[in-house]
Amino acid sequence: MSAIHWDSFFFLFFALVTCVFAVAVVVSNNIVRMASYLVASLCGVAGLFFLSGAQFLGAMQLMLYVGGTVVLLIFGVMLTARGPFISMQSSGGQWVLALLTGGSLLAVLLQTVGQVRPIVEPVPVAVEVAAANPTTTQLGAGLVGVRTDKVGQSSDDAKKPVGYLLPFEIISVHLLVVLVGAAFLARAKRRGGEGGIRR
Amino acid sequence: MAQALINILDHWGLHGLAQQGWLWYLVVGLVQVALILALVMTCVAVYTWMERKISGRIQDRLGPTRVGGRFGWLQPAADGLKLLCKEDLVPAAADGLLFRAAPYLTFCAAFIPYLALPFAPGWVVQPMDTAAFFILAIGGLEVFGVILAGYASGSKWSLYGAMREAAQVVSFEIPLGMCVVVPVLMAGTMNLTEIAQRQAGWLTSWNLVNPFALVTFFIYMTCATAGTNRAPFDLPEAESELVAGFMTEYSGFRWSMFFMAEYSAMFLLALLGALLFCGGWNGPIPIATMLGLTPEHNDIAAFAGNFLGMCNLITKGVLGVIFMMWLRWTLPRLRIDQVMTTCLKYCVPLASIMLVGTMVSIFVLRGGLSHPSKPLEMPAKQNQRSEGDCKLQIENCKLQIEEGRASPLLSQHPLSSNFQFSICNLQFAISSLSREGAC
Repeated sequence: MSAIHWDSFFFLFFALVTCVFAVAVVVSNNIVRMASYLVASLCGVAGLFFLSGAQFLGAMQLMLYVGGTVVLLIFGVMLTARGPFISMQSSGGQWVLALLTGGSLLAVLLQTVGQVRPIVEPVPVAVEVAAANPTTTQLGAGLVGVRTDKVGQSSDDAKKPVGYLLPFEIISVHLLVVLVGAAFLARAKRRGGEGGIRR
Repeated sequence: MAQALINILDHWGLHGLAQQGWLWYLVVGLVQVALILALVMTCVAVYTWMERKISGRIQDRLGPTRVGGRFGWLQPAADGLKLLCKEDLVPAAADGLLFRAAPYLTFCAAFIPYLALPFAPGWVVQPMDTAAFFILAIGGLEVFGVILAGYASGSKWSLYGAMREAAQVVSFEIPLGMCVVVPVLMAGTMNLTEIAQRQAGWLTSWNLVNPFALVTFFIYMTCATAGTNRAPFDLPEAESELVAGFMTEYSGFRWSMFFMAEYSAMFLLALLGALLFCGGWNGPIPIATMLGLTPEHNDIAAFAGNFLGMCNLITKGVLGVIFMMWLRWTLPRLRIDQVMTTCLKYCVPLASIMLVGTMVSIFVLRGGLSHPSKPLEMPAKQNQRSEGDCKLQIENCKLQIEEGRASPLLSQHPLSSNFQFSICNLQFAISSLSREGAC
């Protein structure tokens, strides 16, 4: 009896979870159910990341995307909880637009998939390799421009170790400004008492 | 851990089983999950009993005394039996699918982090380089099941409870994350095994001795209490205002899933706190080292040392849980605005100050990032990698280091001290790998 490739098995499993729940998001009408299916789909993607040994990326996926969707869910519940289980109906025009956008993205992705070299030989179990080669250190060094994976190569990439530190800082400051702005807009307006700000 | 299991299988004459790759994976996976599940479930059962006994002691009464002998120690079994026999209700106004799924989601989110939690050097289901981050990421998803439960119940009490929980947990995740970063910075890694190994030795080598870490530990415990909705932060299930919050419509087994999730999350955060701040499996007194139970002697000694370490860690976790119970029965419940004030006006600024203070102190004391504070002592990991594979990786690492030193480009780079740091890491990786290859 031939051995089961657990890598393939779990890849198919997570891929199936991702796709099925992604379709469920589109098909469903209830906004909270949609968000729940979206969470399941994104968790499937995180599972794929973990499977391919990108543990940091997988944890990031859970933290940012899944956590972000959970917050979205909170707002969804807060804003729509007036009636019990509000359902959303999308009009025909929206369907056409969505199909156009999604279809064009799918076309690009399919083309890319066709260009990827198929992996013929079974690779070693990615998780074990990842445990031996910590990617987090490499990611951190790469962020400040030190490419540990390209050391010694005389390629163009290694010659300009600029990194992503400046864009990262700019985005951080930008987000901070957005946060402060949101807090300023959302706060309760004072009635112009002593020391209060008149608007 | 997996390698140890294979050895045990071989020992029992089940060599044929170990040969069958797919079956072997299945058995090893199931055994590991069963071990963790057994530990967590046993602890939850004991905690329910402890909660009753401690609350009784604090309120000057006896607590359970009837079921099973003098101290009522069979009370959890009686409770479990009662919960299993209760009618399983789904309200007519509920969203059936989400209502049924929510308890399991909550429990999964509370249980999955244990897979990355080391109990002794090498005794971890999945050794992870980013274990601390992974545990935070999964643990933060627990709120998802609670919100679903509150929404899907179709009841106002439940919805209010869930909204309070959402506001509270999402807010307290920020200082909690900052608190976890402090020991991570001190160790220079997110690998929990390594963070704990760096605190080996006497009490004085614990992270807790550092003044910044000491303050951080108290912020951490506050945030952990709030993150698991324990009193004084138990607004989501405030029984005097909201009946039972998000759990109002649940009964029987589904309700007990929420209960188990709460206790296992408490235990998880207590264990994580012990690993990050209190030395993990390295006790206040290094008994295992004094008795000579180290991997250098033989396998049995290493096993006994690991077992002692595991008992040590679990004891610390239980003490953390007892601390949370003590808080619950001592302090009155806060108002929602007081909860938010605690988080945003006290915990976040304090945690930020501690974070910056740790950064500065590390930078000043170590003279930059280039020198790790202590020589690294990593235990030989027990992995099922082949020897050839190890050698290949060692060669690769060595090549990278030599080339890195030879490269004039990188030595001129302003961040070359940083590169030195990564070189140190690579050297450490080589030493640990070669040790693995040896065993």
